[in-house]
Amino acid sequence: MLRLFEAIGGFFLYNVNQLGRLGIFLFVSLVSIFKPPYKVSPVIKQIYVIGSLSIFVILFTGAFTGMVLGLQGYNTLKKFGSEGLLGSAVALSLIRELGPVLAALMVTGRAGSAICAEIGIMRISEQIDALECMAIDPHKYIMAPKFLAAVISMPLLTAIFDVIGIFGGYAIGVGLLGANEGAFFSSMYKDVEFDDIYMGLVKSLVFGLLIVWICSAKGYFVHLERGGGFGAEGVSRVTTTAVVLSSVAILVFDYFLTSVLI
Amino acid sequence: MNARPVIQLIDVRKSFGSQEVLRGVNLSVVEGKTTVIVGGSGQGKSLILKHILGLVKPDSGQVLVYGKDLSRISGRELQEIRMNFGVLFQNAALFDSMTVYDNVALPLRERTRLSEEEIRRIVTEKLEMMDLEGSENKYPAQISGGMRKRVGLARALVLNPKIVFFDEPTTGLDVAKSNEIYRVFFRTQSILGYTAVIVSHDVPKILKLADYVALLHQGVIQDCLTPEEFQLSDNPVIKEYVETTMGAIYTSEILEEEDEKDRY
Amino acid sequence: MRKIGIETGVGFFLLAGLISLAYLSVKLGDVELFGERGYTVRARFANISGLKEGASVEIAGVPVGKVSKISLSDYEAVVELLIDPEVKLQEDSIASIRTMGIIGDKYVKITPGGAEDYIGAGGEILETESAIELEELVSKYIFEKE
Repeated sequence: MLRLFEAIGGFFLYNVNQLGRLGIFLFVSLVSIFKPPYKVSPVIKQIYVIGSLSIFVILFTGAFTGMVLGLQGYNTLKKFGSEGLLGSAVALSLIRELGPVLAALMVTGRAGSAICAEIGIMRISEQIDALECMAIDPHKYIMAPKFLAAVISMPLLTAIFDVIGIFGGYAIGVGLLGANEGAFFSSMYKDVEFDDIYMGLVKSLVFGLLIVWICSAKGYFVHLERGGGFGAEGVSRVTTTAVVLSSVAILVFDYFLTSVLI
Repeated sequence: MNARPVIQLIDVRKSFGSQEVLRGVNLSVVEGKTTVIVGGSGQGKSLILKHILGLVKPDSGQVLVYGKDLSRISGRELQEIRMNFGVLFQNAALFDSMTVYDNVALPLRERTRLSEEEIRRIVTEKLEMMDLEGSENKYPAQISGGMRKRVGLARALVLNPKIVFFDEPTTGLDVAKSNEIYRVFFRTQSILGYTAVIVSHDVPKILKLADYVALLHQGVIQDCLTPEEFQLSDNPVIKEYVETTMGAIYTSEILEEEDEKDRY
Repeated sequence: MRKIGIETGVGFFLLAGLISLAYLSVKLGDVELFGERGYTVRARFANISGLKEGASVEIAGVPVGKVSKISLSDYEAVVELLIDPEVKLQEDSIASIRTMGIIGDKYVKITPGGAEDYIGAGGEILETESAIELEELVSKYIFEKE
């Protein structure tokens, strides 16, 4: 019986401890962005990894999301005789909700896992210790470029996702199903407000931050994982956890952001 | 033992979970000399090193480097102290995504304001010292384990540190490669005159390099002696260690002779 | 080669992202890059029932501007209209609030007048017609029948 309480207490303490660790990690990393020296080329490299290499995934998922929205939206709206609203239905659901969330989930899978594994390997092969011993701040040297790159890349990827999605919805709704082309665009132009785009932007920024934060902190602290986090197995396990945790965090934060911004 | 100690560990204790790994470690490292920490695997030798480097904080006790307690000073002061350090990690800890040249140049680029030409001059000089000419543009994955260690040493020495730490410098290398590491170590120490702290279990060979040998057993440094004293010690733990690792055939006289030959 | 690859990749990505972002915010989000174009005129209504900022202003069914601000003064609604600079409004123009379709959005309809003088920036359309409320119409019809 006592064992049970001990286990519960241990679990609770471990998680509170981990939360604190992640919080400090985020704070230190964000502060380190503003410390000199400022170097551009590591940021460019990270934008390449997080942004450029994710373009194709974003194009594909964006196009198909828009297409399915066109299909579903057209058939639903037709029941109410308001196919003319298809454009605004597709655009609004993409810009406010699906664009930021799906783009963030794709980036988590593609770049987040890579970030976590990279930093985890640096940790277990003592590269991070080596940096510290050279009096180089690993937060400044490794994390800051990743945070900056994510904050720059995510809104752009989301914008690409939205635009491709809108044209995907257009292709299916207007091209294939025969909705009115003029109505598609005019309803879209009329109903989408700057507030909607602002909401999408804020979401994508927060999601970008969440992804890098969770994935890099998980990798960074791989050696402190419960149940031992050493070797290749430790890194692979922590990468899986990081991707799952980021995805959950994205959806949870999506709800709260929506309720605050709406 | 009248030279002043640059590093002092006073009653350092550290446990992980319920397991107490270090149980009151006392150790002094003398300036300009080579101190070797030996002991069986899993005794926490590398952990002592991590304490000295400030990577791990002790549960209790003090780690003094240049008279400063590492767990009481600010991050900035710790960085200043680390500017005097060079570390060769167990697996060299080279950055996989950078070439050999960039790895060695990294401390110069990040910690100094030298121009690229000056960096090139220093890096080339250090790589030559390690017999690594021609490997500048290779990636760590493309070179052998012995070369990686030498690149790691070149990187550790590139800022001309006052104290250099070696974590298991020859583990995983064959005899020829590890002799090569020792030769390079010898050469660089005589040129640069740094204080060396070596963690190793490569006994007896390592004793030839050592000025002082400390045995870590059961979380305590048994004693810190010269190699000769170490082999003749009456301490039962040291005696047993000496006997199991080098057998009774070795005597200090033979060892000293070999030592002399190696040096000249 | 690798170096060029990274830079081209990043450049392509940034370009595509910025174009998309610009398309979204300028075309869809109605962000005016060079400030708001046009001039403002005011109109007072007894009742605007449901007219919103951003609603369109039309002459003969052609959009010529939008509602930029709505406020209350002396228990009357004061609506500011942002009119395209190339459109001139006669002094005796009539502004009325209409509904698109039966339950659609409210918009401001301007019926041109015949006067020779035009309303300048900051001027006021004096003749207005309030919103026609469907409920009122229906109840009027029912009560008149009785």
